[in-house]
Amino acid sequence: MRALFGQLLVGLINGSFYALLSLGLAIIFGLLNVVNFSHGALYMTGAFAAWMGLHYLGVPYWGALLLAPLAVGLLGVVIERTMLRRLYQLDHLYGLLLTFGLTLIIEGLFHHQFGNSGNGYPVPELLQGGSDLGFMFLPRYRAWVVVVSVAVCLASWFVIERTRLGAYLRAGTENPRLLQAFGVNVPVMLTLTYGFGVALAGFAGVMAAPIYQVSPGMGSSLIIVVFAVVVIGGMGSIFGSIVTGLGLGLVEGLTKYLYPPAASTVVFIIMALVLLVRPAGLFGRQK
Amino acid sequence: MNRILRISLVALLALAAAPSRAADPISDNVVKIGVLTDMTGFYSDLSGSGSVLAVKMAVDDFGGKVAGKPIEVVSADHQNKADIASNTARKWFDEGQVDIAVDMVNSGTAMAVMPVAAEKKRITLLSGPATTAITGEKCTPYNIHYTYNNWALANGTGREVVKAGGDSWYFITADYVFGKSLEEDTAAVVKASGGKVLGAVRHPQSSSDFSSYLLQAQASGAKVIGMANAGADTINTIKQAKEFGVTPKQTLAGLLVFISDVNSLGLDIAKGMYLTTAFYWDLDEQTRAWAKRFQNHPDNKKKAMPTMVQAGLYSAVTHYLNAVKAVGTDAADPVIAKMKATPVNDFFSRGGVIGPDGLHRHDMFLVQVKTPAESKYPWDYYKVVKKIPAAEAFPSVEAQKCPLAVKK
Repeated sequence: MRALFGQLLVGLINGSFYALLSLGLAIIFGLLNVVNFSHGALYMTGAFAAWMGLHYLGVPYWGALLLAPLAVGLLGVVIERTMLRRLYQLDHLYGLLLTFGLTLIIEGLFHHQFGNSGNGYPVPELLQGGSDLGFMFLPRYRAWVVVVSVAVCLASWFVIERTRLGAYLRAGTENPRLLQAFGVNVPVMLTLTYGFGVALAGFAGVMAAPIYQVSPGMGSSLIIVVFAVVVIGGMGSIFGSIVTGLGLGLVEGLTKYLYPPAASTVVFIIMALVLLVRPAGLFGRQK
Repeated sequence: MNRILRISLVALLALAAAPSRAADPISDNVVKIGVLTDMTGFYSDLSGSGSVLAVKMAVDDFGGKVAGKPIEVVSADHQNKADIASNTARKWFDEGQVDIAVDMVNSGTAMAVMPVAAEKKRITLLSGPATTAITGEKCTPYNIHYTYNNWALANGTGREVVKAGGDSWYFITADYVFGKSLEEDTAAVVKASGGKVLGAVRHPQSSSDFSSYLLQAQASGAKVIGMANAGADTINTIKQAKEFGVTPKQTLAGLLVFISDVNSLGLDIAKGMYLTTAFYWDLDEQTRAWAKRFQNHPDNKKKAMPTMVQAGLYSAVTHYLNAVKAVGTDAADPVIAKMKATPVNDFFSRGGVIGPDGLHRHDMFLVQVKTPAESKYPWDYYKVVKKIPAAEAFPSVEAQKCPLAVKK
């Protein structure tokens, strides 16, 4: 029983990463209709931005937490302005192919520069160590990850679902022309949305840097699961992706306890089942 | 008319070309070495461009010539795919005038190339792959497995760690052939040395999160956690073991860890870990001299110290070129016979002998990773706990059960 609690808590920690990443994907898909395959690469870029900041410029973790997502967001804005926006009129597939190609290029560049085994990023001093909960040892940093991720997810959800800005965004997806007629600059809004979505990925990257090795491949091993999370939650459903992210983390944790070899497949089994029963996902609306 | 002319020209060329292979002691008037390795994937830091550099250094040390003919080096990325590896090798042997294929990190690619090379009568010199069967059931007459194998890793770390008091083990194992066989080999050694195996957990390859497996290992109460995985998986296991307070209460035993892994982890995280290696740059004057040359070579952009795979490859290629020089030809049969008949004596292998099964038996080293306080200069990473003599470090010819060696 003690072991089970430990596994569930670990599952929750992983789940908060899934939530943070799938949230960005869901925002981008929901508002821009783009399947952003470069999300994993931008997550990795965020982690590397933090590492490079520390290594070359001496920027500490807390600074990186702000600057790295900003840098990744800016990169996102450039990508959207120069490339992605030309594809909005076309099929989803083109956006997917473009972002997939970008993934290969970004990962290749980092690989060329930093090699494959990557670099270590230290846990910030304030968050080192941990506490013994009786059933497991909880590192302080992991607790921090859960708290911050959930806070960021809820804040994003609140902005999009409950504020005027969010209302514009949602209106922009439903009927961009009408919104433009009301005097809202829709293209700029879309650019900023994409920038914000990928900034979330960059933020997750900084959060991940002290836990995982900062290496060029770190995004690609995570992104497939995150896509499954988005599909299960319902493409474009923001609340769905947060809940599903956390939920799947828990399910994965449980699987690691009960039958470890299935841990990497259980998410996809659930995805297949959900698609059979509810093709629009758990929280998605049928269009 | 034109067509007849062309055909006869081709025939003439073929005639001209055919006898040269048989008559000249050095085929095509060049000794060509093909480095087939992982240039961009999981293993690119421990082999990759560093392997190519090691081979080039060996060639340069021969002055670029052997038996009066030039030596050439070509390289290719096998992308860790067996079909790409065997196709590249076939092309090299058929059209590229390549005499010998080397490195082949990743056992899958090595075992795909070996039969092709044997069929074409070309030599393979393996430094990167680990699988013991390469010189066991799967052995070929033209192959040499030079640097290390799973058996040596399992024995070195397993036996010595038990002797040092680590008598209860728990395994974190990559759930595929390599991981399982490494776990089985090590578990057998641990039991044979009087230790206990308390359990094992199998994780899918390339998992990034190891916390749940580490919690299970922690709960087992084992003194030693054996990591039967490789590359990024090992790195993340070690990193998270520290985070969850597994180390230093329990000791980690790395079953396949390279100095490049330790370098990217940093000593603060890797400290205290035991591992078995065929080479450490800071063993003595000779190793230091060679390793510094490697590190400061202009082609070594990251200024990394050589891994055992890269150092072994230099030694292997040098041994090959010495054999070519001695017999005066690059024909596979006399060269491989000469290589097996001559003991190796250089900075990498002191009196190492290549058996009839093709396994190079040489001394191995059990080392422990230093703490940051113990490390005095860059790359000062290991304390040598024990030198494992060749006879203990590697399986005997009989134990390997290579069909070639048994017949004799």
